[in-house]
Amino acid sequence: MNGAPPQDDPRIIARRLARTLRRRRLGAFLLVAPLLAFTLVVFVTPIADMLRRSVADDELARAWPRVAAALKEHGTDESGVPGEAVFAALAEDLRTSWENRTTAAAARRLNYEVPNGRSLAMNTARWVEGLDEAPESWRAALIARDPAWGEKATWSAIHHASGPISDYFLLASIDRRRDVDGTIVQVPEAERLYVQVYLRTFGIALSVTLLCLALGFPAAYLLASLPSRIGNVMLILVLLPFWTPLLVRTGAWVVVLQENGFVNQAILWLGLSDTPLRLIYNRTGVLIAMTHVLLPFMILPAYSVMRSIPPDYMRAAKSLGAPPTTAFLRVYLPQALPGIAAGALLVFIIALGYYITPALVGGASDRMISSFIALYTTGTANWGLAAALGSGLLVATLLLYLVYARLVGGVRAGAI
Amino acid sequence: MKWIQPVVAAAAVSIGLAGAAEARDLTVVSWGGAYQDAQKKIYFEPFKAATGKPLLDESWDGGIGVLRAQVEGGNATWDVVQVESEELELGCDEGILEEIDWSRIGGKERYLDQAVHDCGVGAIVWSFVMAYDRDRLAEAPTGWADFFDTAKIPGKRGLRQGPKGNLEFALMADGVPIEQVYDVLATEEGIDRAFAKLDTIKGDIVWWTAGAQPPQLLASGEVVLTSVYNGRIDAANRNDGRNFGIVWPGSLYTLDSWVILKDSPNIDAAYELIEFMGRPENQAKLPEAIAYGVTARDASAQIPADRLKDLPTAPENLAVSLQISDAFWLENIDRLTERFNVWAGN
Repeated sequence: MNGAPPQDDPRIIARRLARTLRRRRLGAFLLVAPLLAFTLVVFVTPIADMLRRSVADDELARAWPRVAAALKEHGTDESGVPGEAVFAALAEDLRTSWENRTTAAAARRLNYEVPNGRSLAMNTARWVEGLDEAPESWRAALIARDPAWGEKATWSAIHHASGPISDYFLLASIDRRRDVDGTIVQVPEAERLYVQVYLRTFGIALSVTLLCLALGFPAAYLLASLPSRIGNVMLILVLLPFWTPLLVRTGAWVVVLQENGFVNQAILWLGLSDTPLRLIYNRTGVLIAMTHVLLPFMILPAYSVMRSIPPDYMRAAKSLGAPPTTAFLRVYLPQALPGIAAGALLVFIIALGYYITPALVGGASDRMISSFIALYTTGTANWGLAAALGSGLLVATLLLYLVYARLVGGVRAGAI
Repeated sequence: MKWIQPVVAAAAVSIGLAGAAEARDLTVVSWGGAYQDAQKKIYFEPFKAATGKPLLDESWDGGIGVLRAQVEGGNATWDVVQVESEELELGCDEGILEEIDWSRIGGKERYLDQAVHDCGVGAIVWSFVMAYDRDRLAEAPTGWADFFDTAKIPGKRGLRQGPKGNLEFALMADGVPIEQVYDVLATEEGIDRAFAKLDTIKGDIVWWTAGAQPPQLLASGEVVLTSVYNGRIDAANRNDGRNFGIVWPGSLYTLDSWVILKDSPNIDAAYELIEFMGRPENQAKLPEAIAYGVTARDASAQIPADRLKDLPTAPENLAVSLQISDAFWLENIDRLTERFNVWAGN
């Protein structure tokens, strides 16, 4: 016994404790492992892929590998048009891409930057493939076939699209592009869209959040202060919107808010206005419908936190001489804040991604960013732009969340 | 015709053995909903009865990406698919569709010229028309000029949100002859002109996004005129007892086509099915169920005259309509969508 340290040696105890803690941690990790794996597969991977697609730009280079390489090697003359070697590479690319049926991908990419780029690529490829013998000079032949091949803009577009990565889509998502010399410029005024749509998206989400806060806070307060029997019945009423499909709810708002709908008839009957008000197919309709849909997300977290606040605290504050407003601000609000903050964040984040409701009850100036992401994903298959717009939304949301965390944290620290 | 589906019909999952392509039955894919029900009754079931061959049918919502995935995955579960004109054009360019051997489906002369394409054969013709409520508007509008004339016909107008169709309508209203619309649109001045015309009624436009909305907007009196897919108006009149009228002059028509996916293991059966669906006597039964025109030249003669007048393919309707130019829109949709949204959002 005299060689071994005694069983109650602090070092041994510490080691045992460490072992137990490790085992516990491992157990906890194993418990969350399935969820973690699930999250990685269905959440992190697609987002990473989206971020990748917003800078990946290899469609053209995959269809036309030779011209991309030749252009990097030989460059262009001072007029911005390359020489015979690059044109020969282009002709070979056009021919093989037509045979392999891959011209369409390059054509689509070219079309983003060059007006009529699609038909330029398709028609020239069809023509090259049909030639019996190579012309003396590909450069002369191709420019004769279509003058666009002799223009600086065409070649700077091919250069931009030579991949493997480019900032084309990211720039497009903030209304910028590179001009023929490679400097970043704003797109023409008639095409400046996305910055405005981002601002609009965040504006609508913020407005809806504030409306939900104004309506949801008193409702949650009422629910929390009622006896639980009545409170539970009222809670069911709050949950009711969850049991009707989104489209049905939206459709109901259309019926209620339209020009000769219920609300307008009531307004006319009460003499509040002589003409029907425009309550739908504009921003008003969007805010009403979205607030209605998202209100439960505000009420539920706020209610669950408010329930746990003992009413004695307020009574104590009052008996110690605090006026009701001070008692509410200094005692009740700080305790309720986590619930309100969670609700507000939930509403804001969900509102950012809405597009079906704004599309059905809003006007053309109420389209949110996600509707454009959907358009480019499924409609026109411009995945680079869709990914860039999605990445922009993700980054902006994360930045806002950081600001929000600082603010809410700050409020809580100040309240103690 | 993504818009024809009221609710997505659950697609029957084909139980073909993965990898064992030759063991797979012929599978035809269409747009679901009331339209596919009609096709089942008129085409698919009779084909099975006539040939004794198995045939599965599924539905889809469109999208070139879906077809790409089917073919490039090397394990396609579909053979014959009904596609919209853009998918036909893109799919043909990308080589994911079989080139049609016309001798196996009755020859090119059996079909309308517009129905003949390297990679597909027209299945139906549908139109983008102007509609109004006869109960509210005593005098029928004559064309798009009236649509843009808020003094003559006061009230709001419904248009589909987006540039497609609206730019054409605006130019027609501005006096461009119908056959020159795409020539004018091919120039920057033409596009400016179309936007300038739209600008004149900007404050009176209600934008719709889903095909079900325009009939509802008309019925509620929210708009007095609207652009709409012709099948929706016909359905509202027949099923909901509405009294809507269609203005055919200046309408835009387009075709949906049957295509065969590249390297289909059932290519012979696929041709047999398309040939069967292309017979005039079979096609003539479809418009009774749903207001689309059909593509066999001799089919119209077998359709009752009072039904034919409701179809895009009635000779008098076709004569005053314009085919949507896929070449133009494939080239310009992204750019003009951006421009349209900047214009509409300000």
